[in-house]
Amino acid sequence: MINLPIPPALAVTFEGHAEFNGVPLFAPIKLVLEAQQWTCLLGGSGTGKSTILRLIAGLDTGANFTGRIYSSDGGQVYERIAYMAQDDLLLPWATVKRNITLGALLRGRKHDNLRLEQLMERIGLTQHANKKPGQLSGGQRQRAALARTLMEDKPVVLLDEPFSALDAKTRMQMQDLAVELLVGRTVLIVTHDPGEASRLAHSIAILSPRGLDLRQPPISSIPRPIDDLGSLEFHASLIRDLMTGES
Amino acid sequence: MKTVFPIIMATAFAILVWQMVVSLTGLPRFILPSPLLVMETWWQNRGLILEHLLVTAASVLIGLMIGTLLGIVTAIQLAASQGMLILFRPILVFTQALPVFALAPILTLWLGFGLSSKVAMAVLIIYFPVASSFLDGLLRTPPGYLDLARTMQAQSLGILFHIRIPAAFPSLSSGLRLAAVYAPIGAVIGEWVGSSRGLGYLMLLANGRAKTDLMFAAVLTLGLFAILLHIMIGKLASRLERA
Repeated sequence: MINLPIPPALAVTFEGHAEFNGVPLFAPIKLVLEAQQWTCLLGGSGTGKSTILRLIAGLDTGANFTGRIYSSDGGQVYERIAYMAQDDLLLPWATVKRNITLGALLRGRKHDNLRLEQLMERIGLTQHANKKPGQLSGGQRQRAALARTLMEDKPVVLLDEPFSALDAKTRMQMQDLAVELLVGRTVLIVTHDPGEASRLAHSIAILSPRGLDLRQPPISSIPRPIDDLGSLEFHASLIRDLMTGES
Repeated sequence: MKTVFPIIMATAFAILVWQMVVSLTGLPRFILPSPLLVMETWWQNRGLILEHLLVTAASVLIGLMIGTLLGIVTAIQLAASQGMLILFRPILVFTQALPVFALAPILTLWLGFGLSSKVAMAVLIIYFPVASSFLDGLLRTPPGYLDLARTMQAQSLGILFHIRIPAAFPSLSSGLRLAAVYAPIGAVIGEWVGSSRGLGYLMLLANGRAKTDLMFAAVLTLGLFAILLHIMIGKLASRLERA
């Protein structure tokens, strides 16, 4: 197995509240993304979990945000994140290789060829390097998107429901691959799937209009096995909480 | 073969109907000449027709090239700068609403009876569909791509050339398809208004001398040229879409 160099550890803190056209989107909250850990932001549709991720990424949200977002070393946060969405966002006219190296291309720099070769080898895309995204399966496309995210080599990785469009088997495989490859990075994963949260997260925050509810999943290494009783029980308790939270 | 056969059948059917109308109604040849007569006239005057076709084709092709180039450059300019867009987009819309044919006499007055006034006519008519459809495409880049680019700290020029322009190619190609249909119209109108060469001139000349068969031959030639142009541009456009 090829080990990719890991950037220095970085924790990120999100503090504040947001409103949308004068209507509060979420109450004042404090979300800490511990360095080199997977933090999962869980919540139903419309709770503003994607808004929080987009605010951290420095993207337009349309919401009015009051508060601050800062990193453990005091540097700008939005410059040190890599972003992956539910839609793979692969450019249909460009080859897989060109899509993976898009960041360098857009900055007008040369990409690191050795890193590219290692990454494609590791992710299993080497033989698809010169194909267009349209020739790939859904799982392969999401792999290419993950490779593009890793090619950026940032200490913080923001995942916005990255696996929700995949079938159950591919989703599990992608979760395993993502955990393995994102080792040593600070990860925020936004999801509405309690199963995904109990499998992947070191810590979980449930977002509702009242604010954040922090939950501690079983203390074990991730990804937790799919038949791990502790995480299955935890999964059930999360669903119960989500149901009572909405009533 | 599968696409050619129906076209041949349809053409044969149209000629048959045309011949039947001529035979049944007994219309005089200066009102509606028979297909056979038109073919005969075409063959006898093939040198003359070809000569005039070359003139029309030249103004169409030169106009198509200049008009497309100008349209592409305008669209990119407007898409790249918010200020330019606010200032020039209404002008673009206004000029599109203006019937370009109305300008033909003025263009002839300014540029003379030669090729340049016809080229200018074709350029004007091609410029607007190309510029506005390409601009539309440039302004409708899928927002997800732009989000991704922003998280990569992309330069705006990088976004323009690697995302916005390629994402707008399908819009550009539909503009090109439209342009291919309009271009011959522009050139022929230019020739009608004032010229001494070209298929439009030949039509007027033949019409004035009641040589309806020659006029039909000229019209059919123009039609064939337009179809050929449409196919060629269509091939180019679909290559753009797949790029």
